[in-house]
Amino acid sequence: MNTMSDSLYAAREPVFPKRVDGPFRRLKWIIMVGTLGIYYLTPWIRWDRGPHLPDQAVLVDLAGRRFYFFWIEIWPHEFYFVAGLLIMAALGLFLFTSALGRVWCGYTCPQTVWTDLFILVERWIEGDRNARVKLHHAPWSLRKVRLRLMKWVAWVLVGLATGGAWVFYFADAPTLAVQFATLTAPAIAWSTVAILTATTFIFGGFMREQVCIYMCPWPRIQGAMMDGDTLTVAYRDWRGEPRGKKRVAAAGDCVDCNACVAVCPMGIDIRDGQQMACITCALCIDACDDVMTKLGRERGLIDYLALSDAPREEAGEKPQPAWVHILRPRTILYTAIWVAIGLGMTYALFIRPEIEVTVSPVRNPTFVTLSDGAIRNTYELRLRNKHGQERMFGVHLSGDLHLSLSLEGTPYQAIEVPADSTLRLRVYVTAPFGSAPASSEDSPVRFWVEDLGNGERAHKNSVFNGNGTSS
Amino acid sequence: MTKPRVDELTGRETMGHDFDGIEELNTPMPRWWLITFYVTVFWGLVYTIAFPAWPMISGATAGLLGYATRAEVVADIEAHETANGELVASLLETDLAAFDPQSDLHRYAVARGGSVFRAQCSQCHGAGAAGAVGYPNLLDNDWLWGGDLETIAYTVRHGIRNETDIDAHWSQMPAFGEMLEPDEIEALASFIPSLPGGGATGRGATLFAENCASCHGDAGLGDREQGAPNLADAIWLYGGDRKSLVESITNARFGVMPAWGQRLSEADVRAVSTYVHSLGGGE
Repeated sequence: MNTMSDSLYAAREPVFPKRVDGPFRRLKWIIMVGTLGIYYLTPWIRWDRGPHLPDQAVLVDLAGRRFYFFWIEIWPHEFYFVAGLLIMAALGLFLFTSALGRVWCGYTCPQTVWTDLFILVERWIEGDRNARVKLHHAPWSLRKVRLRLMKWVAWVLVGLATGGAWVFYFADAPTLAVQFATLTAPAIAWSTVAILTATTFIFGGFMREQVCIYMCPWPRIQGAMMDGDTLTVAYRDWRGEPRGKKRVAAAGDCVDCNACVAVCPMGIDIRDGQQMACITCALCIDACDDVMTKLGRERGLIDYLALSDAPREEAGEKPQPAWVHILRPRTILYTAIWVAIGLGMTYALFIRPEIEVTVSPVRNPTFVTLSDGAIRNTYELRLRNKHGQERMFGVHLSGDLHLSLSLEGTPYQAIEVPADSTLRLRVYVTAPFGSAPASSEDSPVRFWVEDLGNGERAHKNSVFNGNGTSS
Repeated sequence: MTKPRVDELTGRETMGHDFDGIEELNTPMPRWWLITFYVTVFWGLVYTIAFPAWPMISGATAGLLGYATRAEVVADIEAHETANGELVASLLETDLAAFDPQSDLHRYAVARGGSVFRAQCSQCHGAGAAGAVGYPNLLDNDWLWGGDLETIAYTVRHGIRNETDIDAHWSQMPAFGEMLEPDEIEALASFIPSLPGGGATGRGATLFAENCASCHGDAGLGDREQGAPNLADAIWLYGGDRKSLVESITNARFGVMPAWGQRLSEADVRAVSTYVHSLGGGE
């Protein structure tokens, strides 16, 4: 700890996590390979959508304002699908946090996964904990410079791959890869890669636990999602205390070997109890179980447990089974909302029409008098063709029988809409002189749009404004 | 203030603040946080020196880099003009009489013409082109000088009854207040709304045939050669009520439109004509 003569600001205490092996460590390796694999490989999956559309399975086309996800294509006005997914992601996070504590932080958060990867690289180059501590305290020498440079270069390469993969989600990956290779990629691609490389390098290499403790809001928020029934990483102090050497008679199971502290990537001591800096990565469980096994004692001195079981366990009773903790109103409610939104969105996705029409009446002026006294209204139609091919759209009108429809720029009642685009079309509706819609204030009309290829129809209601002479 | 001391429970030092017995632990911020803070302050200072920032009595400091948003707008406009160069070139070559309304070039012309219209024409003809008394409605199917694209372009280019363009449309209706008696004018005003089918006999009909038919036609259908309005349709530029008609016959009208060929580029003239032609009245 600082003495009072120090400033209000403290230097970061370096953390040198020790290598550990065990079921949780192996699970984390698998998750790392899985998540990073998905991240790096997804942009390279191809998906044939026909000649007019990109053939990348997952693509955020900012310039074309489209989001492609395998067979799903999201238009900007359908952004509620993305919003729904984000809400589901948040609810999923609530659910997992209330059931299993900070599993997101410990296993799948990019900060955790990349820090894990960076520590792995660090260990390959500089050795395990003791070697790294020694190197850290050693004066600068040729060897130290060499090792540091090797490590930083390796980190930069990891960062480059990270930032490089990110931009492939926003452009055709093979094309952009060729552009990178031939130095013809757009400036925004280079700068995005540069920024993400820098942030990965700094956050994964140097900031590490500082990001979780000082920059991330999630550790603060998660406190509201956890309660006594949440299964989280904890130390059975009733079993471990008082700590001491094995041969001391009154001592608990904890032999104070510090293995749990040495492996912790956050540099904390889990035996201090629940704390904000703990990301529940469970590596201390592996480390402690390893020691307990060697000592011939029961595993689980540090373990996933519900804090509400503590009094029961202290009294020597068996803890409640995990499902009793997990199945409680809170988790059931989170699951129910999550499922409801998911089903609703799936339903909405399936009933989504392939063609759409919107109608906006031109209100300046609301009507035009023609030379024969007829009254004409103008409407701006937006005809949306979501197909990968151009389609003929027929435009029709239902309403008062006197009303007749004509399209700007064509004598026909149909118009070709290009593939995957919206066509703006001016249409005119005319009521003859003296007819009911011409002389009344307003009459309802309905515009019909029909895909002449497959007969699919869409409609929108609007209003025809007359000159109001009859009222 | 109390003296900073070591807290027994946590083993950490206190700040020395004491509020009703509540003390505060010393939890120092990380050093990188402090450094980041200083860097942002430094960055802010450098930024306000490099870019326009500090307000002065008239204006603001210009910034050492000489950056200005106006220069960026100019560069943006230039970039768009360059990018549209090909479209503009083909717009200038297009035969307006055979302009395909489904072509991309036509869509470009309508979009470009729309912005020209809103900037230059809407003052008289209205933002929606519905016109006003004395300023023709461009949405209807009634045209004084002709409503096909080429004629519209001619009207835009040369204007109407202006002194600046020798090729401007020109015609002038006499002020009949100097030639006819008031009761004759009243008779005409009674007769004109009955056109074209109204009684071919009577005083008004005779007066019309003698004074008006030479320009407006025997049936009052007008003549686009001289911009003589059709008096038999439902559209009245200066109003079709009796008072307006008497006023028009007595003092005549003299609507003027500038020659936009002298103020706009040929591409803009063609674009705005295409736009007007696409508003529903084009022939």
